[in-house]
Amino acid sequence: MPDNKTIDNFKDAVADIPNGASIMIGGFGGAGGQPTRLMLALRDLGVNDLTIIGNVAGISATTHYGWREGPDDPKPVDQGMFFASNQASKIICSFPVPGTTNPLSEIEKAWRDGKAEVEIVPQGTLIEQIRAAGAGIPAFYTPTGVGTSVAEGKEIREFQGRTYLLEQALPGDYAFIRAQKADTHGNLQYVGTSRAFGPAMATAAKITIAEVDEIVEPGGIDAERVGTLGAYVDRIVQRKAGDPYP
Amino acid sequence: MTTDPAPRLSRTDIARRAALDLPDGGIVNLGIGIPALCSNLLPEGVELRYHAENGILGFSEMDTKLDGDPNIMDAGGNFPKLVPGMAFFDSVESFGLIRGGHIDVTVLGGLQVSGKGDLANWMIPKRGIGSIGGGMDLATNAKRVIVAMEHTTRDNKPKIVNQCSFPLTAPNCVDDIITDIAVIKVKTQGLFLMEAAQGWSPEDVQAITEPELNVSDNFKPFQTA
Repeated sequence: MPDNKTIDNFKDAVADIPNGASIMIGGFGGAGGQPTRLMLALRDLGVNDLTIIGNVAGISATTHYGWREGPDDPKPVDQGMFFASNQASKIICSFPVPGTTNPLSEIEKAWRDGKAEVEIVPQGTLIEQIRAAGAGIPAFYTPTGVGTSVAEGKEIREFQGRTYLLEQALPGDYAFIRAQKADTHGNLQYVGTSRAFGPAMATAAKITIAEVDEIVEPGGIDAERVGTLGAYVDRIVQRKAGDPYP
Repeated sequence: MTTDPAPRLSRTDIARRAALDLPDGGIVNLGIGIPALCSNLLPEGVELRYHAENGILGFSEMDTKLDGDPNIMDAGGNFPKLVPGMAFFDSVESFGLIRGGHIDVTVLGGLQVSGKGDLANWMIPKRGIGSIGGGMDLATNAKRVIVAMEHTTRDNKPKIVNQCSFPLTAPNCVDDIITDIAVIKVKTQGLFLMEAAQGWSPEDVQAITEPELNVSDNFKPFQTA
């Protein structure tokens, strides 16, 4: 019988993450889909030299991107906090900075100070690199980026008269996934646009940890509605009232 | 630089003109900035199926409220109204849709467009860091790429140039350029001036455009409806 993958709290769920780990952070970039409690637990763990892999990174805190605005709503949380705390030395993402430099985001500050490397990847290439890593594909050709700085140093090849460049798979050590519901085997159900990078990241990391609103017994998720297979998920943690903010 | 012969149009006017080119029933992705304004300026009777990179297809109207559901957003962080027939999906599918050529039209902002239709819109070299997001995928793979932008920089330097000096988003990808003074079509033979704002002659537009403009046989005033 499959293990019950439930972990009691966020602190325990991230406790084994070592210095130098690469961390995939799911969702798109705003509040929906962002595993904020796992992120805060990682910050509090205090490990460093992390590589963060995510899509839109570090713009919520300065622009309020994707967060509700209202008196009862929490302050935006984003990947920038790992750069503010000097825990991250690199980020791989498609959208590291907002249009504005006032105020300056934490990632841009760290980059300007030479404390962090920022690798900017077209969004469709980034998600396909992650998908490929989880699906046993070492590399793939894409038309996106041909004739731009993205193509520098990469193999170029023509298929049926169109030019493509070779991109390589991108695996991670840990993936933090935000879903609505998990069963104890780790099958996940998502809601609305909170999927985004989550389902592919769940397949591409050595250890996948899901942050969910509700954990149910097997059968509590309709087999037709499983968004990520439990086979990819190692740990599930339920949000509870009274958890550390937000 | 000479002074303008007539007022330039507003950002809203640019978006309204771009909206005229969006095909009824088409799958359309709007970039941030001027392009995003198109959604509220469609001609009466036109209904589009908007796609947003974060995994939503089929919405047609935005909600203006600020406290919507964070699990139902577009890529710009706005809240679409739920309509029958829409769908949610993950980023693998969302970019398969783009890369596979299933987006009918994308409207993107621009920093520079060259006479060959090269687009630069993701980084100002002076800043040294910028955000590609879904822009390269859209510019490279959408069936039609419309760039909606101001005709010149704030200090009146051309943004339509012989050669982009800013990092490219994609080479040879732009089909149409809609600005605050002109509508220009990019063809293999060069740039064709299709429309100009009231009070602007082709020579006036050419004076602040680097590549040579061919005046179209169908040249007409800037369309507003």
